[in-house]
Amino acid sequence: MLPELSHEEIHRYSRHLLIPDVGLEGQKKLKAASVLVVGTGGLGSPVALYLAAAGVGRIGLVDYDVVDFSNLQRQIIHGESRLGDLKVESARDRMLDLNPEIQVDIYNEVITSDNAFQIAEPYDIIIDGTDNFPTRYLVNDLCVLTGKPNIYGSIFRFDGQASVFDAEQGPCYRCLFPEPPPPGLVPSCAEGGVLGVLPGTIGSIQATETLKIILGIGETLVGRLVLYDALDLTFQTVKLQKNPECKICGEHPEITGLIDYEAFCGVPAHDHEEGSAGVDWDITPAELSSRLKENPGLRLIDVREPHEQEISNLEGSEMMPLGQFAARLQELDSAEELVIFCKSGTRSTRALEILVSAGFKKVKNLKGGINAWAVLIDPSLPIY
Amino acid sequence: MPTLKIPTPLRPYANGESSMVLPGEIVEDLLQAAVEVHPMLKKHLFNEDGQLRPYVNLFLDENNINQLEGLKTPLSDGDTVLLIPSIAGG
Repeated sequence: MLPELSHEEIHRYSRHLLIPDVGLEGQKKLKAASVLVVGTGGLGSPVALYLAAAGVGRIGLVDYDVVDFSNLQRQIIHGESRLGDLKVESARDRMLDLNPEIQVDIYNEVITSDNAFQIAEPYDIIIDGTDNFPTRYLVNDLCVLTGKPNIYGSIFRFDGQASVFDAEQGPCYRCLFPEPPPPGLVPSCAEGGVLGVLPGTIGSIQATETLKIILGIGETLVGRLVLYDALDLTFQTVKLQKNPECKICGEHPEITGLIDYEAFCGVPAHDHEEGSAGVDWDITPAELSSRLKENPGLRLIDVREPHEQEISNLEGSEMMPLGQFAARLQELDSAEELVIFCKSGTRSTRALEILVSAGFKKVKNLKGGINAWAVLIDPSLPIY
Repeated sequence: MPTLKIPTPLRPYANGESSMVLPGEIVEDLLQAAVEVHPMLKKHLFNEDGQLRPYVNLFLDENNINQLEGLKTPLSDGDTVLLIPSIAGG
């Protein structure tokens, strides 16, 4: 039995009601539907706004983070007045301002193998708007094990991907990507950047697919992956097949419950740059500052990209971008003391690992990178 | 000659190139030719035993080469092989 619509709701949703494929019954289906949005960042912002506007009756939001200045370039559900506030609260308030007829549930927590079933239980559809591999595998496995569709979207710089993974009807995320890439191969948006409008395009596709599934109309992206290239402005669709050897939805599944996804992916379940190589290998900005006073000739190696040097720079440093680092090791001398740095310490940690495995011992990672240096030592530098 | 499209995350290992036109009768030849031009791509495409890494997805037009003849899939002039990356940003 579908819920009734009030006169106010009929007025609000009139442009939907005019479409024969939606109509009064379709709008009632939207009101009766429940959707969980995992992540209220770049993708979660347009998804949550459009689902709220469209009248999806119950929307859950999961995020553990607070609104940061650097989010506002793309996370349009938040605003400057909400800096430092919980993202789920900021997003909920904006959604209810847009449409007070709906119910918004908030989960201010990290979704993990321990709480995922409980969080997902009330919802029909799950939207993957996360920013890291461990949570993507977690959301996939959760959806396969509970039989719920996973509305997938992912972004990097100018590239986007979208699909609907529904293991009951087609392939799952693991059918396409059985294993994550090795840690460090694929930069996160925090490291590599993303065009601010890109999540708007991909998130809108995710919201569209969600509405189509609720309404039971059109051809969904089950068994298809959309690849969007914003630079060439091309959309390409490829066919996805179920993998009979898939470890969770194949013919002989090995994974029958949620696992330790951080261990599986070898990276933490967030895209924050922590920038630490461990106490034995880190040098703090304060330590580096005093070391430079003792030894102004200390070799500083910047493993960022050249365009980042224009944003902020440490005087006297030499540029060796991480992508070229392994091929340029002969430019470094293992007898010499070296300090490696990047934006916030993640890439430099990887460069340090390359050095250590090549036998270098007198190397240090600038903890927190040049951003930490800007905060603690040289406030004339911007933070980015 | 066929074209190999290089996804954004792998472009730092291919001198920034977004696509490469290379000789190749089969997909394997095309990848080998790409690796010869840009040796840093090799470890991102193949494991130590020379096998294609599990997170590397190759599509000829809209079909995964695994549904065709894998690395032995024949290529014609003008074919485009897409390398689909794992990306996680959101």
